[in-house]
Amino acid sequence: MLKIKNLEAGYGKLRVLKRISMHVDPGEIVTIIGANGAGKTTLLYTIAGIIKTMAGEINLLGQTLKKTKAEKIVDLGCSLVPEGRQVFSTISVLENLLLGAYVQSGKNGYDRKQELEKIYNIFPVLKDRRRQLAGTLSGGEQQMLAMGRALMARPKLIMMDEPSTGLAPLIVKDIFQIILRLREAGNTVMLVEQNARAALGIADRGYVLETGKIIIQGPATDLLDNHDVQRAYLGRDIE
Amino acid sequence: MRNFSYPPFYRYIFRYRNYPARVTIYPESGTLTVQMTAELFSQYLFAGITYGIIYAIVAIGFNIIYNTTGIINFAQGEFVMLGGMFAITLNNFMPLVPAIALAVVITMIIGALIEMIFIRWLDSPSILRMIIITIGLSILIREVALHFWGEGVRSLPYFNGNEISSIKIFSAQISPQVLWVIGVCLIIVTLLSLFFRFTSLGLEMRACSANRLAATLCGINAKNMVTFSFMLSAGIGALAGCVMSPITYTQYDCGTGLAIKGFTVAVLGGLGNSMAAVAAGLLLGIIEAFSIGIVPLAFQDAISITILLIILFVRPHGLFGSSEAAGLTEF
Repeated sequence: MLKIKNLEAGYGKLRVLKRISMHVDPGEIVTIIGANGAGKTTLLYTIAGIIKTMAGEINLLGQTLKKTKAEKIVDLGCSLVPEGRQVFSTISVLENLLLGAYVQSGKNGYDRKQELEKIYNIFPVLKDRRRQLAGTLSGGEQQMLAMGRALMARPKLIMMDEPSTGLAPLIVKDIFQIILRLREAGNTVMLVEQNARAALGIADRGYVLETGKIIIQGPATDLLDNHDVQRAYLGRDIE
Repeated sequence: MRNFSYPPFYRYIFRYRNYPARVTIYPESGTLTVQMTAELFSQYLFAGITYGIIYAIVAIGFNIIYNTTGIINFAQGEFVMLGGMFAITLNNFMPLVPAIALAVVITMIIGALIEMIFIRWLDSPSILRMIIITIGLSILIREVALHFWGEGVRSLPYFNGNEISSIKIFSAQISPQVLWVIGVCLIIVTLLSLFFRFTSLGLEMRACSANRLAATLCGINAKNMVTFSFMLSAGIGALAGCVMSPITYTQYDCGTGLAIKGFTVAVLGGLGNSMAAVAAGLLLGIIEAFSIGIVPLAFQDAISITILLIILFVRPHGLFGSSEAAGLTEF
């Protein structure tokens, strides 16, 4: 589904990602964990086409992304739910969701109403609040809206940037349950998290990113048992 | 086509020729003693409404571009001038309606080209840089217009009747062109708000203004939306420039004054809010119209500048804008 080889990217002259190689297979939940400034968000933005690659190769669904525009990448079937709940706050919830269907509009076999019903099934609260302005929703609801909007595009790969940021633990649990349900429905999820324990709890595989390099990778259960991961990201002292 | 080259002073007389003689003859003596009769009152009111609506249309042009890019396009007044000038020139070769339609289309193309050549390729430019670019563009357009059309004051013919035909409304003598200005501008405002509310293109433009990053992540080409917003505001400005040309006249530099008034109105109403711009436009137009009964006409422009300064100091988010929303924008 997604294959990255020796990817380098950054801002201006600053190289943030240093020779990253990774892959995501269909139907998987893959998580990327790492501390602040490790390059997690940069990695997602590079895949999404918002930041240009400096070197290396990204292959999405058999297509090599070379200077591909961000809009085109959404069209190819890779949606990003950005960090910090980037909803259209001055626009109603329903219109937010309809904007999510932008890339699918006019395509054969896409029924907007049916898709909308699906989203309302996953997030019933959005149906109750569909007439409200998105900016008036609570943090958790905005996160759900951002996820719902990305799902409206019927992505083959959905990337989530720290969906748990700033949310109460109970809501974080809900969000992670929903991610599990998305996988059951056949979606492929790439999850970037600081909350390493929760992310590894639902993921199949994981990568640990530190200062722009992947230092550890493997099945999620292995990473949970890994001493370095435990010390650095799970806050456990092993002596 | 009439080609006036009177000194500016006479333009004021022509502009206010519908007023009773005692106001128009001594416009800048500063010693007017005007008794406010009912007739005079409605005369002032209509003049105020007409100018207010014109300012509002220019302000709406500012708002459309502000909403999608966050910049103030100081070349907006030049779009109004170009619309009027093109229509006047084209009217020599074709009837009025196709001339106006073609002028609007040409101005829209110029608006799109300006965005593509000067704004689009900038990679995440600062707002200040883009604003300075638009100021430079306004000077450039003005000088090119001076080169092509000269300094002469021109105007389109009256759509109905001529300079002296008038309609009596509430004891005021109104030129039919005033009704054209008010009608066309109100239609523009209504269609525009319907466009933004009910069409998918309008929704996409609102999405770009609400959150450009998120719009890109939905697959919307934000750069095309910016081009489109330039086209839209150029077209609206041009159409306004055509309908008002018979009463305000068109000259190569008439855009500057309109841009200042339009900017005042946009700030007064709250940047980005088109309905508020109409209310603020009417307010400024009426204040200006009644002020010439109290202060000399020469100070008329000073009034709007004073209002602009007061608003910027006291309520920078405008009369109708919320301070909360203003706090969230980066400008």
